[in-house]
Amino acid sequence: MVPAPFALRSKRQETADTWTLELEPRGGPALEFAPGQFTMLSAFGTGEVPISISGDPDGEGRLVHTVRAVGLATKAICAAAPGDVLSVRGPFGRPWPVDDLTGGDVLIVAGGIGLAPLRPAILALLARRARYGRLVLLYGGRSPDQLLFAGELTEWADRGLDVAVTVDSAGPEWLGTVGVVPRLVRRAQFDHANASAVLCGPEVMMRFTVAALAQGGIGGDRVFASMERNMQCGIGHCGHCQLGPTLVCRDGPVYAWGELERWLAIREL
Amino acid sequence: MRTLEDLITAAPIFAGLSQEHLSLIAGCAANEHFAPGAQLFREGTPADQFFLIREGAVALEVDALARGTIVIETLHRNDVVGWSWLFEPYRWQFDARASGPTRVVAFDGACLRGKCEADHELGYQLMRRFAASLIERLQATRLQLLDVYGHAPTP
Repeated sequence: MVPAPFALRSKRQETADTWTLELEPRGGPALEFAPGQFTMLSAFGTGEVPISISGDPDGEGRLVHTVRAVGLATKAICAAAPGDVLSVRGPFGRPWPVDDLTGGDVLIVAGGIGLAPLRPAILALLARRARYGRLVLLYGGRSPDQLLFAGELTEWADRGLDVAVTVDSAGPEWLGTVGVVPRLVRRAQFDHANASAVLCGPEVMMRFTVAALAQGGIGGDRVFASMERNMQCGIGHCGHCQLGPTLVCRDGPVYAWGELERWLAIREL
Repeated sequence: MRTLEDLITAAPIFAGLSQEHLSLIAGCAANEHFAPGAQLFREGTPADQFFLIREGAVALEVDALARGTIVIETLHRNDVVGWSWLFEPYRWQFDARASGPTRVVAFDGACLRGKCEADHELGYQLMRRFAASLIERLQATRLQLLDVYGHAPTP
């Protein structure tokens, strides 16, 4: 509930408008979190924003966030320099059900900045690689220069993750795939009868992806999605992030798609 | 070694066709190989073929003048490249280039159109399958047009 000061230790530019920030507590305890959780992050004086944690849950107590600078608060956060202090509340929210996926194939489907909340899950899955069947990452971005963690994708592939990347648009120098993420689902190799999927990206992308997964026999009870709504308090009090009978900050952001489906069908929500 | 008829029988686009129709289609087919960067066809030229990708990938491109060449879609194993052979004026609407070493089954469009005219059941069965492929690609294109990864108004 009470913000804690965290100092910016290092900063890495991922794309033209997206940075990965490594923070460490200033005096207080290290922040423990589960993959999929978020914090309320703030550069003082510009307001708080919910930002998913993108670091390694088995890491050394550093808090890692990947932030896209698109508004006042996120631009101020991304403009912070090493040594600057940011305020952090959290971690909050229901995480990815990483342990429940044991024994089967796992599809990790990410769109755009949605790869950031999935990165802790990928690292957790790879750290326990033997527990899972085939691990497949399907990742879509707007263009090749807007792909996140480009340097890590190869490393993840070497550790046993099947990586397929697609972009919406590219020049002829791009030798990879051009097209939308749902079309990657159709081409992916996995055990349809024994697979689950974790999704994060623009809601419309997730909707089409869920439809493609359903065609492959993966129903809503085996699909988990991280939702984005107007989260403000982070602890289920203010009600701004209500989605149907749930509050995304408290009951999400990760839901089984089956829990959400009927509420997402109501456009006003 | 797999024959052309084996390759065609195994292709999802031709799934469910009768042996007689598969043989008719195979009679218009040939194996082809494209080196990386090789052009399968160019916009505006006669569309007298279509291709079934066996291995590799094909980039569909458009020359957007000041923006340069833009890849609008890539097609992969078991995808069909080319619909323009089916409809007048039988001219390609885009460029197609092999992204890497690419093996295809190439079909003679005029040959197949002739067989469809002579056997309307074959024509109907082929049209159903191409329509399904067209719809899937149209829907994907609509999603692509949404530019879902563009900037959303966030804090």
